[in-house]
Amino acid sequence: MADKNQFTTEAMQYAQSLYSTALRMTRNASDAEDLVQETYLKAFRSFASFEEGTNLKAWLFRILTNTFINTYRSKQRRPQESDLGSVEDLFLYKRLPTLAGLSDSAEEQLLDLFPAAEVRAAIENLPETFLLPMLLNDVEGFSYKEVADILEVPIGTVMSRLHRGRKTMQEALYDYASKRHLISEKD
Amino acid sequence: MADCNETLKELDRFLDNELASEAISDLSSHLEGCVDCQQTFEFHAELRNIVKLSAKQEPMPNSLITRIQECFGTDLQEDLDNS
Repeated sequence: MADKNQFTTEAMQYAQSLYSTALRMTRNASDAEDLVQETYLKAFRSFASFEEGTNLKAWLFRILTNTFINTYRSKQRRPQESDLGSVEDLFLYKRLPTLAGLSDSAEEQLLDLFPAAEVRAAIENLPETFLLPMLLNDVEGFSYKEVADILEVPIGTVMSRLHRGRKTMQEALYDYASKRHLISEKD
Repeated sequence: MADCNETLKELDRFLDNELASEAISDLSSHLEGCVDCQQTFEFHAELRNIVKLSAKQEPMPNSLITRIQECFGTDLQEDLDNS
């Protein structure tokens, strides 16, 4: 068993990451705070079962994810994976030429086209099966193997959900940009 | 050397740092000579950056830090009671 004070110090450094992830999962600050507090409460209670030298961040995110699924999921209204049609590969990139005045890989123009609030909405509206792997991989940087362990699904499932989730998100971003009339209707 | 189709097929794994070094150098040599694939990869890398930055913007409220510290205090007390 690890030293408790050291464990606390190390665990606290992931609070901001856990909170950001909880916000995207619950979509409101009050539930996100509750979810993170509950995660730490459970972590401290089961501290004895944490093996020193193993991945503390992954362990905390596993508790967060399970707590979200068991406690908060029922409050969420998200589309189901089965409600979605398939989106072609490179969806957004193929439509780039229709984006007003976009030159090659200009970071600031991309930021203008896809404001943070719209990116957050596009993420939050993903079906849960896509949302969780994307938060863990794209946002938190966990490897495929770590995401597979946290969500208790095979690596191949993680990869295919990431692939489809990213395409779905791109479609949503394109729709937002279209609605802002930044994209000329060509068809 | 990988062709365009093989390269694009590995876009996710490449940007996710999930490829072995041999595959990385194979893709890299294709990317060096192919502007189309290069631009595709750069766009997706930039998009990922934006996703990551956007999703992590809101700072954690101080009240939450206090709440977490309270959890820890409670548990410590239990330990003291048990000893």
